[in-house]
Amino acid sequence: MGKYIEMIRIRFLMMLAYRTNYYTGIMIYTINISAYYFLWTAIYSGKSDIEGLSATQMVTYVAVAWMARAFYFNNIDREIAREIKEGKVAVEMIRPYSYLGMKTMQGLGEGIFRLFFFSVPGMFIVALIFPMSFSTEVTTWLWFALSIVFSFIVNTQINLVTGVLTFFFFNNDGIIRAKRVIIDLFSGLLLPISFYPLWAQDIMAFFPFQAISYIPSMIFTGGFSGDAIYNAILFQMMWSFILLIPIMLLWQLAKKQLIVQGG
Amino acid sequence: MFYVQMFLQYFSQYMKTRLQYRTDLVVEFLSDLLFQAVNLVFILVVFGHTQLLSGWNREEIIFIYGFFLVPFAIFSAFFNIWDFNERYIIQGEMDRILTRPIHSLFQVILERMELESLFGMITGIAVMIYAGSRLDLSLSWYDPILFILMVMGGALVYGAIFIMLASIGFWSDAKTAIMPMMYNIGNYGRYPVDIYNQVIRYVLTWILPFAFVGVYPSAYFLGREEWYGYAFATPFIGLAFFTLAVILWNLGVKRYRGAGN
Repeated sequence: MGKYIEMIRIRFLMMLAYRTNYYTGIMIYTINISAYYFLWTAIYSGKSDIEGLSATQMVTYVAVAWMARAFYFNNIDREIAREIKEGKVAVEMIRPYSYLGMKTMQGLGEGIFRLFFFSVPGMFIVALIFPMSFSTEVTTWLWFALSIVFSFIVNTQINLVTGVLTFFFFNNDGIIRAKRVIIDLFSGLLLPISFYPLWAQDIMAFFPFQAISYIPSMIFTGGFSGDAIYNAILFQMMWSFILLIPIMLLWQLAKKQLIVQGG
Repeated sequence: MFYVQMFLQYFSQYMKTRLQYRTDLVVEFLSDLLFQAVNLVFILVVFGHTQLLSGWNREEIIFIYGFFLVPFAIFSAFFNIWDFNERYIIQGEMDRILTRPIHSLFQVILERMELESLFGMITGIAVMIYAGSRLDLSLSWYDPILFILMVMGGALVYGAIFIMLASIGFWSDAKTAIMPMMYNIGNYGRYPVDIYNQVIRYVLTWILPFAFVGVYPSAYFLGREEWYGYAFATPFIGLAFFTLAVILWNLGVKRYRGAGN
């Protein structure tokens, strides 16, 4: 256990060394959120609410979705792909830890860094500029905290799967890019899932994507309450378990047919 | 003439390397297509809940998006210089470029071409044809010419902004994340500028003129006469900003001292 916590710490310190990048990062997110602010204000003009969300809730939703993204988002799919291509993965495999576990911990170290140095100050700045609604109930905040932990788990698991696929496709930059686009769209980052037509919502219910962004953002904005929260968290928990299966299977297969390309 | 020859040489070399890895190419096409679809889905879903966006209807917004895709495709194919600072300044590749007998910017562009991005032009035109036919837009004989001029203007605007950003690398070699930020700001130009506040509208028109890549030129084809002045200015704005960018680049090259040893 100690060595995994050490991984989190090392990655955290690494991020700290490159923090200028993250100041510009806060600006990028602020600009993004303001673009959506104007767009949504125009969409809401003359309407008090759409699908149960008021305009203020909608702006809060967009801001929280982007800020939560800073926590769950990581590049470990790219890192795994690179290490496989460069052949470094062979060395990693004989080390006394689980390779995928270590990658997850590195992702977590990154996430914790961004949460404190990026999301929290970013949210503060955005809240000064745009009208937003924060819940005053402690329980909402606790549910939100729990659900972004699951966001991280589900998103990281999907990243592990796409990363490990490099073993089978050699060059999977295209797949990684496609995965990113799919997650932006179907996770609820750009649009709440409840805005989609019903048939699309029915299809999306069979995929893990809304566990990543839609659920925590809806909990935060108060779009979910009571039983809806329990069901949503249950949905996230279920996918955290289901996704373990493809990861384990692919990893077993990968170990058997390891072809180191160069290195 | 020499420049055309150089381009053709690089072009044939490029095709050879690309066609070597066909599956890669197919996956790339598909993920590009998916990327273009995301914004379209966004527009479609939003208009499931509203009729008008500041007086613009669904088909008009789709048309603007379709138009935007065309100059954007040209930009992505030829001005793929978002990692210029890291690759050419920090890693010292620029030293090699400067020993070549053609203009340094042209050389960088040739090296970083990503011609498969041009596929986005087809998607864009298809989107415009769809939206245009639903809006019953009629074409005059000179419209295709204006279209080409405005597309060129838009692509030059995009290219100019990114060349200027790359030129910053000649003065400061610290790694920055300004480039991805610009990609986000570029998206502002895809929606009618009247939804933004005055400051943003001014910035998008005169400082980072992304509005000339999407909404202004589209306004001409959509028959929005109140924007005609801006629409016809598109090629000139493109040329003006591009000239400025090349001047800035040349100044930067003169100042360039090389990296390390």
